[in-house]
Amino acid sequence: MATCHKLSGLGGVGAGSGQNVAMPFADVADSAAGLRRTGYLTDDRIAQVVFLAERLGKPILAEGPAGVGKTSLAMAVAAATGQRLVRLQCYEGLDEAKALYEWNYHKQLLRIQTDEGKRWDELEGDIFTEDFLLTRPLLEAISSTEPVVLLIDEVDRVEIESEALLLEVLDSFQVTIPELGTVTATSRPFVVLTSNNTRELSEALKRRCLFLHIDYPDVQREREILLSRVDGLPERLATRIAEVVRSIRAVPLRKAPSVSESIDWARTLLALAVTEIDGAVTDDTLHVLLKYQSDIAKVRRHLDLGSAN
Amino acid sequence: MLSSLADFSAELRATGVPVSMVEVLDAAAALDEVDLGDRHAVRTALAATMVKTARHRRAFDTAFDVFFGLAVAPPASPETTALAVPPVPAPAGGAGSGGDAADLVEAMVAAMRSGSRDMLLALVRIAVDRYAGSLPGRPVGGRYYLYRVMNRLDPNRLRQRLRASDDGEQVEDGAFAARLADAAAAERVEEIRAAIHDEIMRRMVADRGGEAVARTLRTPLVEDVDLMHATAEELAEIGARIAPLARRLASRLSARRNQGRRGRLDTRRTIRRSLAHGGALLDPRWKRRRITKPELVIVCDVSGSMATFARFTMQLTYAIAHQFSNVRSFAFVDGIDEVTRFFGPGIDFDEAMVRMATDAQLIRHDGHSDYGAALGAFAERFAEAVTPRSTVIVTGDARNNYRQSGVEVLAAIAARAREVHWLNPESSRYWDTGDSIMSKFSPVCNGVHEVRTLRQLERFVATIALDRTPRLRPTPLT
Repeated sequence: MATCHKLSGLGGVGAGSGQNVAMPFADVADSAAGLRRTGYLTDDRIAQVVFLAERLGKPILAEGPAGVGKTSLAMAVAAATGQRLVRLQCYEGLDEAKALYEWNYHKQLLRIQTDEGKRWDELEGDIFTEDFLLTRPLLEAISSTEPVVLLIDEVDRVEIESEALLLEVLDSFQVTIPELGTVTATSRPFVVLTSNNTRELSEALKRRCLFLHIDYPDVQREREILLSRVDGLPERLATRIAEVVRSIRAVPLRKAPSVSESIDWARTLLALAVTEIDGAVTDDTLHVLLKYQSDIAKVRRHLDLGSAN
Repeated sequence: MLSSLADFSAELRATGVPVSMVEVLDAAAALDEVDLGDRHAVRTALAATMVKTARHRRAFDTAFDVFFGLAVAPPASPETTALAVPPVPAPAGGAGSGGDAADLVEAMVAAMRSGSRDMLLALVRIAVDRYAGSLPGRPVGGRYYLYRVMNRLDPNRLRQRLRASDDGEQVEDGAFAARLADAAAAERVEEIRAAIHDEIMRRMVADRGGEAVARTLRTPLVEDVDLMHATAEELAEIGARIAPLARRLASRLSARRNQGRRGRLDTRRTIRRSLAHGGALLDPRWKRRRITKPELVIVCDVSGSMATFARFTMQLTYAIAHQFSNVRSFAFVDGIDEVTRFFGPGIDFDEAMVRMATDAQLIRHDGHSDYGAALGAFAERFAEAVTPRSTVIVTGDARNNYRQSGVEVLAAIAARAREVHWLNPESSRYWDTGDSIMSKFSPVCNGVHEVRTLRQLERFVATIALDRTPRLRPTPLT
């Protein structure tokens, strides 16, 4: 059991072993440019951490408010390097059967039925093989022969006890299956974990990662994002939208507008053929940016919208 | 570089940022990959490897400023930039006697408008020369210098001038555009303030050496701030930290409820199902887990002596109420009232506090804490709130103004509830001094906890329900 198995059935016989693909990013500027080509506008901090993660072979733990592009960072890295994205969506109650692997009981039971009369020790060797294994995202990423990008999304949703599931994968890139042995990655996956910071992650998990706090973009970058995502948006309007949204984010709200909401807002304004943002227009479309009535009321007060009408 | 990395991590640890050995090694490996001449890159590399929560970022930045790079003057050549700024006369007289700073303000506005960082930095140096009035060798944190310089420049004037500078197209739509311009100008003033701060820091480090400066600058991390004496700024930061903690408390108390939908194998139903396949156990059935719905009853002392702490506990209550529905909260001074309705989902916290103060009947007589009266009234009016599934959390300093304790009422509540925990914001050294009657209450509680800091609250949340922590489900068929 102590030997390392290659899961041959899971994608070609150890084809890529020892032949890792050359560094996808030559330097920080290259990683920024690569991400930019996929439509993900980074700042130099993000580009730098992506570059370091690639070089050091460490997972990135991206944390920040909802809708600032944590998940799309992983997608952008996958697109920029031409690697496949394997995604593990976390939720309360996630267990190893959903994260790592599961035995296919139905098939095992059928096998036992058809093999009636066989001795148990023969049978045991038969039913605990990879034919009966259902791979889940973590094992899939580890056993893949070509390098992949592994996205572990919203890791703060699992209970702190279940985080332990991830540790073996994150620091030695291997998965141990008691009946089968240890599966080691032939090529290290590029791992991105995201967290909305709804709870503190365990020290053990954080220690294994590079930490990247992604906050709302500044006006300049948000403007660029808007221009690249919304076709036909005039530059002046984009600047104005970014400024208004920035000013709204300074108000303490239950749910500050995210980048995707400011994109929605830009689309709304474009659809309404608005060319100049003033108090009345903002007042009418505020519900696109804000999801709570109490927030809307607060922002109205902050921007003096009540008095505009 | 490596030895200064070791010093740097020692400084971080001294501030309270936990930096493990592995992380220092990662930092060293990361430094191998970056251009050491690029201060920004070095900062990013160290931050990514050594600081694992956004909360510690400020402490990191302060330490970084002191340890790396700032001792070297920024790469602008002062002669050329000074020439490029005609309206600035040579600093007249001694430090602090620079007169009106209008010329500097104008030059800074011009620098901001043209986007010339170098010129701004040169101007900042002149401003610090003129107005900081710094005395070498003094063990100060630099805040006062910053205050003096900013005071002379006058943030309001700066803001107004900066606003006027992008006056190009606005004016048409009054209030709205004005708001936006204000926000933009305020941000630029912050930028100038940050530049001045960096310059002062650089001089202090040059004067006294990094470690000495770092020692003066060390401030407690937000989790170690005493809740009773927190500043408004610290309270805001603490408030932001509470939601994650409340979620953790909620998941602690209801851990069992979330352990997946599947329980153990249900033999009876599995065999029953197998009849359909001629006895083959094709379709395993699982027992459903029993869903426990924990109930939380929070009883808060909100009297004057508890004001800061009460705000904190109400914040916690508010956050918990957003996490799970079975929460009832009560506030008391010498009367008690249910305040659950003020802190429901969808209600703004500050609004809730105002409404609690105006609408709830918390004061019956004189507005001094009276645990006996409050607990008595609780047992009389809200007894049905406590059931065998309830966890009761009482928060208060147990300073009863020498009145009836009401401990027998609490004992009766404890007998009916699953657990009673008492959180006391006072240092345990002061319990039972003066009018504090903590030891009267402690025998009837399952736990009495000193909670003066966020860290202690975290510890409380971690220990509560620890014995009920569920194990992972073992893989079936193995």
